[in-house]
Amino acid sequence: MAVREAEPITSLREVKEAGLDREDLLDIYRHMLVTRGIEERGHILYKQGKIPGSFYTGRGNEASAVGVATAMGPDDWGTPLHRDMGVHVTRGVEPWRIFAQYMGRVDGPTKGKDGNVHMADSNLGLIAMVSHLPAMLPVAVGCALAFRIRNERRVAVAWFGEGAAARGDTHEGMNLAGVRRLPVVFVCDNNQWAYSTPTYLGYGIEHLADRAAAYGFEGVVVDGTDVLAVYREAKRAIEKAREGGGPTLIESLTLRMEGHAVHDDAFYVPRELFEEWARKDPIERYRTWLRENADMSDEEEDELTGGVKKLLNDAIRRAEESPLPDPDTLAHGVYATPEELDTPHHK
Amino acid sequence: MAEKTYLQAISDALRQEMRRDQRVFVIGEDVGVYGGAFKVTLGFQEEFGPWRVIDSPLSETAIVAGCTGAAIVGMRPVAEMQFADFVSCAWDHLTTVAAKQRYRAGTPVPIVVRLPSGGGFSGGPFHSQNPESSFAHIAGLKCVCPATPEDAKGLLIAAIEDPNPVLFFEHKHLYRRIKGEVPDERYTVPIGKARTHRAGEDVTVVTWGAMVYTADEAAKQLEADDVSVEIVDLRSVMPWDKGAVLESVRKTSKVLVLHEDTRTGGFGAEIAATIAEEAFEDLDAPIKRIAAPDTPVPFSPPLEKAFIPQVDDVAAGLRELAQNYMNCLDLALPSPRTQDA
Ligand SMILES: Cc1ncc(C[n+]2csc(CCOP(=O)(O)OP(=O)(O)O)c2C)c(N)n1
Ligand SMILES: [Mg+2]
Repeated sequence: MAVREAEPITSLREVKEAGLDREDLLDIYRHMLVTRGIEERGHILYKQGKIPGSFYTGRGNEASAVGVATAMGPDDWGTPLHRDMGVHVTRGVEPWRIFAQYMGRVDGPTKGKDGNVHMADSNLGLIAMVSHLPAMLPVAVGCALAFRIRNERRVAVAWFGEGAAARGDTHEGMNLAGVRRLPVVFVCDNNQWAYSTPTYLGYGIEHLADRAAAYGFEGVVVDGTDVLAVYREAKRAIEKAREGGGPTLIESLTLRMEGHAVHDDAFYVPRELFEEWARKDPIERYRTWLRENADMSDEEEDELTGGVKKLLNDAIRRAEESPLPDPDTLAHGVYATPEELDTPHHK
Repeated sequence: MAEKTYLQAISDALRQEMRRDQRVFVIGEDVGVYGGAFKVTLGFQEEFGPWRVIDSPLSETAIVAGCTGAAIVGMRPVAEMQFADFVSCAWDHLTTVAAKQRYRAGTPVPIVVRLPSGGGFSGGPFHSQNPESSFAHIAGLKCVCPATPEDAKGLLIAAIEDPNPVLFFEHKHLYRRIKGEVPDERYTVPIGKARTHRAGEDVTVVTWGAMVYTADEAAKQLEADDVSVEIVDLRSVMPWDKGAVLESVRKTSKVLVLHEDTRTGGFGAEIAATIAEEAFEDLDAPIKRIAAPDTPVPFSPPLEKAFIPQVDDVAAGLRELAQNYMNCLDLALPSPRTQDA
């Protein structure tokens, strides 16, 4: 079976048709730079011994994460995973809070109760991932179920890796979504590796998006290094879901450009593969596109990159000022209190 | 006030909450037209429609995970497991996601999972279990085990109101057998407060769920021996009413902990350990535990009868405590506690 393969976006006209103006285009670029910057800086902090535990990055996945998040509406919800820092950034998390999270400080979104990318700000419509993959996928389906019960024009986005696609949660979530035509978009970050496991040991079909047909909805494969193509496909899928057209499975193809986590040198990934995909680096690719199609000038670019650099420097400084949690707070918050349900989205 | 079965009380509570609060919805296998395997939601779909009484595919993971997602965006989901046993398929979503989300991410998950549990009908290894202690061990979950119709209603409403994930263990053997007066109006029974099912002086039984009635039968037998038994119905095992248990133990100085779940690592062990830690000097006899043996729940009636604690087993245990161990008071000896003072 062949699923649809998304076309690249080549002109500014197509971009406009997809609903982006020039300012949006530059925002996308900034979000990608901030995303990569956070993870590069995090890596350094980790090597300096300032980040306990482990450290994961989504290098190579910036376009995919930012592209999808840009297509989401402000009232939509999502469950981003460990390669999707770009989603947090695009939806507006302040970078200093992410560094605080990395370093186990009280100002991280989890206040030191959880580490690395296991975080989210629910005020931004995001739900914090758990380690168990892809447990958040059927949770996003539950958000979509609530939207459908209440007849709201809102959409949930569920991210999952191609490795985690093997687990039953994926099936149960997609099946329920298909049966009930729920407003949910499934985004498979197919970065070709699940830790050291290549795709041919993870699934036996050509494209994971082929599976969509088995659940009664549409599947599409998109080049995950092309932020505008990702954006356009995500926008289509999200608006289709919003209009009652049911789920879509978007398979976004990338390569995980680093090891599974900092401890892993990815010796099992052929060097040529890294070289091939390095030439398709999503940020470099988009930068070139912006210069060729959107007249991004040297000054504009300098201003942008300078701004990002300052943002990150300030963020790290501020995060380092954030205190470590008091051991006396260990047992705080195991159970919620009734007042906590007074938040806008719980009312 | 009207006399109702335990099952009716649960059904009424749920219907009342759904009428009162648009956010409450029901999801589970065959809960719609069929009304659920035990008919708790019979007639609900006619009243509330297919989007508030949702027939799910056979997917416990999707049911519980779906409830979690829906709760996070403002709903008050009530899931039904067709049998409590099938909750094992949703283990991850209760223990990994729902239980920890508040602690780690500050996001409350107000869901209720209803679990028709317990044996006594030759349901065999997969339709008879009482898995409450497995979940009581998971920080972040609450485990409620009502024994009476009145409690079933008040605790279910409390569970729906609660901002945390609550597992509601409803005992199948009580569904149609147990009747009682149930107030018509809406009320809640606080989760974590025990109830004295029977007041007594000589021995305490700490138990919950269907075993409350087994203990009650045994207590009646002991009346003939002039032994007065107090029965503390815990009503919930997480949180559990430590204060009420210790108070009763201090009064009677002898305690039998009883549950239908298997013995090793069963919740009774936690209760016994707590009594030993905090009321050792008030005890006049070793703490006694009666529970199912460490086996799967067997199918054939004589085997199942041997598995589930029976009235005679409990009566024998009570007699042993009452007769083999004297009270310090009876011996007119100062108890270690009064010596202290
Ligand atoms: C249920 C479960 N089993 C094992 C792991 C350990 N683990 C963490 S990430 C990972 C690989 C995941 O691969 P994939 O889904 O492709 O996501 P990627 O990391 O490549 O983005 C594994 C095995 C886990 N997190 N969850
Ligand atoms: Mg992968």
